[in-house]
Amino acid sequence: MQMKDNILVAIFAAVILTMPIWAGAVGAGYPDLLQKFAIFGLFAIGFNILFGFTGYLSFGHAAFLGVGSYTAMWSFKLLSMNALPAVILATLLSGIFAAAIGFVALRRSGIYFSILTLAFAQMCYNLAYSVLTPVTMGETGLTLAADDPRIFGGAGVEAGGALPSPDFFGLSLSGYNGFYFAAIILVIGFYISVRLYRSSFGLMLLAVKSNQNRMNYTGLNTKPYLLSAFVISGMYAGLAGALMVVIDPLAGAERMQWTASGEVVLMTILGGVGTLLGPFIGAVTIKYFENIFSAFNDAVLNQIFDFLPDFIQVIWVPFASLFVGKGWHLTLGVLFMLVVIFLPGGAMEGFRLLKEKLFKKNEDAAETAKAGGTE
Amino acid sequence: MEAVFLQLLNGLDKGGAYALIALGLTLIFGTLGVVNFAHGATFMIGSFCAVTLQKLLTMSQKVRDESVTFFEAYKEVPYLEIWFGDTGRALIDWTVPLALLFSIPIMLAFGYIMERGLIQRFYKRTHAEQILVTFGLAIVLQELVKAYFGANPIPTPAPDIVSGSAHVGAWLGMSDAIVYPWWRLIYFLFAAILIGGVFAFLNMTTFGMVVRAGMADRETVGLIGIDIDKKFTIVFGIAAVVTGLAGVMYTPVLPPDYHIGMEFLVLSFVVVVVGGMGSLRGAVAAGFLLGILQSFASMTEVKSILPGIDQIIIYLVAVVILLVRPRGLMGREGVMED
Amino acid sequence: MSAILTVEGVNKNFSGLKALDDVNLSVEKGSVHAIIGPNGAGKSTFLNCLVGRLIPDTGTVLYYGKKPEGETLFGLPPHAINQKGISRVFQTPEVFEDLSIFENAMIPVMAHHDGSYKFNSWGGVVSRGEIVDNAEQILEDVGLIEKRNVHSGSLSRGDKRRLELAMCLAQDPELLLLDEPTAGMARADTNNTIDLLKKIGEERNITKVIIEHDMHVVFSLATRVSVLARGHVIAEGAPEEMKGDPRVQEAYLGGAHL
Repeated sequence: MQMKDNILVAIFAAVILTMPIWAGAVGAGYPDLLQKFAIFGLFAIGFNILFGFTGYLSFGHAAFLGVGSYTAMWSFKLLSMNALPAVILATLLSGIFAAAIGFVALRRSGIYFSILTLAFAQMCYNLAYSVLTPVTMGETGLTLAADDPRIFGGAGVEAGGALPSPDFFGLSLSGYNGFYFAAIILVIGFYISVRLYRSSFGLMLLAVKSNQNRMNYTGLNTKPYLLSAFVISGMYAGLAGALMVVIDPLAGAERMQWTASGEVVLMTILGGVGTLLGPFIGAVTIKYFENIFSAFNDAVLNQIFDFLPDFIQVIWVPFASLFVGKGWHLTLGVLFMLVVIFLPGGAMEGFRLLKEKLFKKNEDAAETAKAGGTE
Repeated sequence: MEAVFLQLLNGLDKGGAYALIALGLTLIFGTLGVVNFAHGATFMIGSFCAVTLQKLLTMSQKVRDESVTFFEAYKEVPYLEIWFGDTGRALIDWTVPLALLFSIPIMLAFGYIMERGLIQRFYKRTHAEQILVTFGLAIVLQELVKAYFGANPIPTPAPDIVSGSAHVGAWLGMSDAIVYPWWRLIYFLFAAILIGGVFAFLNMTTFGMVVRAGMADRETVGLIGIDIDKKFTIVFGIAAVVTGLAGVMYTPVLPPDYHIGMEFLVLSFVVVVVGGMGSLRGAVAAGFLLGILQSFASMTEVKSILPGIDQIIIYLVAVVILLVRPRGLMGREGVMED
Repeated sequence: MSAILTVEGVNKNFSGLKALDDVNLSVEKGSVHAIIGPNGAGKSTFLNCLVGRLIPDTGTVLYYGKKPEGETLFGLPPHAINQKGISRVFQTPEVFEDLSIFENAMIPVMAHHDGSYKFNSWGGVVSRGEIVDNAEQILEDVGLIEKRNVHSGSLSRGDKRRLELAMCLAQDPELLLLDEPTAGMARADTNNTIDLLKKIGEERNITKVIIEHDMHVVFSLATRVSVLARGHVIAEGAPEEMKGDPRVQEAYLGGAHL
């Protein structure tokens, strides 16, 4: 591992862990929003280990998210309200699920792989809604109950009849504590992904993405590499799913729907697929603007655009309102299409181009200055 | 036996819808080589052609309700009814069949714009990028529809004359208890005719022959001096029309909402994969096969043995087919094998 | 000398079309065996049968690698064939275009060193001293060491071919299959490639099978030539013998429809 990477991880950790201090300045200083950043960032970073490193596009990662959530909930219900066993069990179980699904799905590549993962995820979702209702509580969703056994303590309800909430060895995980819990896991997850990227294992994954034919004729069976990447990225998803219920102890089947898989694809692409930071940036961007845009409604818009002449405002505000509030997904869809068409490398590619341009400009400026000096 | 026959019938109309959508998807994939994740949205746009026509035809005016005498009551009366009386009422009643005609030019234009405006930029890019951009388009289309029509399903009934059930059992000398909704029977027949039409078009016209040749070997067709790209724009339009019509006709079976496309998208991809990527016959066969399998899986007798099977049967079949017969039922060698 | 590869009575039909018709051939260890013939003579089909990617309708192909008795390769996945000591150079150079030249060289060296699968997640690639040395050595051998940090996708076709050859050599193969190694190259690149192949021949004892229709390449490299036409081997011998053989000229001229 090179120094450069250590610095990258250190800066990343510093930025993430100080978020509660500075995020308020950009209008994101709410614990529940910051928690979302951390959780979806982790989900996207894990997804990138599969899609970004190997090029295998999975449309079924929401299934692992769901498995993680349900496992963590059952850990809360049966074992204890401590988040640690919940998180560990969820990661392990989603890893087992990923191994089983990946073993089958990875027998095909390209679009067939995408469709196989989609089919598996739809099966999980449909089953969670129907025959698995005893485990998942179907449409109502799995919640804590007053008569949960919790064999390692914490059974029953707390004083005053309230249901217990998740903790970390007695430390309550609500509010900013919950964020720090998720953020530390995120930093660890990021660190692992950087090390994977730089390792010989990671290089093999990149080689699979680049040219699978040459890879085969190099005497390498790509299957075990791909399966490892699939399982690791499934475990990240399961971990993210577990963190969701640590923050808010409720697991519903809609978490497993394939549109949720689509969302993590959007995040990864928007930020920059195959880059280390990109997926996290994509996740934060989407969750940040979702938060801002969803808050708008016609009244707010009218207030904002009050400076416009009335006749323009009458046309403009209904148009703009298409894209905000409940229409936020429309903005997301348009943005996503623009990125895929014009900037397939996502935000990271954008940064790179911008840097090049600025650099060049500076050089040009220096050049002209020099030329001016000699005259 | 009768229960089995009834399930067979039940599978036919659903199978017809699957087959039509998969046919459109395969046409696009086989000729243009584009994986179109916005295909479900095409189906949805078709459904909403029917909804739009219904809205247009039932535009109404507030009129004093004469039947209520003890206070001033108003009711909405469609202009058509005011202007043309019974003829107007009949027009409204026949919204869905009329929407078939109404939707053809719209779907053609939709297909044309989509291909020229977006898809053609993606011929040379990877399948993953094609999936991504069409997925984005699907989101945009469905959100636009949601913004205009709302999130709730909108019922668009079939004409009154076919609202009842057909006594299919009696016709075939079986129990009179076997009845089947007229509209779903019509849907099956309509699907069969449309599929037949597409095949006839591809097999009997010069244009169709060029398209089939292009599906088999695009480069060669290009080499003999045919501007295949222009032809493919038309193919895209045809695929959009076929899928759109499937959507129009399906509205009385299932009131459409903005999300209907996404549900059918996943299914139609599964159908295409089972049938074999790039095989038109395979798409049709797999459509009916899966429709019928699904309806058998929802029989109580089957569900009592294999709980939940009705929920997963289609995906399970797809997984098994992909593993034991990667090319699908009728797929050709060399299509998407990398 | 003993054979490394023997082909006996191989037939292959594609929906009624005879691509290979009773082909018999034996490749001697240490030789450079060129297989030439007009377009459509079945050269590519033949090559795919050699490595077991296509299974002939009848006949056998036996490979004698490190073992004394021959084995058939039919139906084996590419990586298993490769592990038996067969490397392959493709018509269009197949390299990892998204990676740097150095990374390209690292992959086969690691594969050769680690075996098929090693989950080495913590050691960074560049920390693996001996392997790095090996990779640098093979780049040195083909003259690409100065460009080690260049993106391989941006290389010329000739340099890509160099890199591809380097990657094949890194696996220390017994048998190297070359499918038109100079196709689509400029004259200078072609000559460079020939020189490189000659140099490799002098330094290492690797048997080579070359599919080619550029006579210049064939006569510069081959120690033995087989002529394939319409699915038959119509002539075989030393290159000088083949040059004047009327059957060869006929096959070529006949194939060209002059």
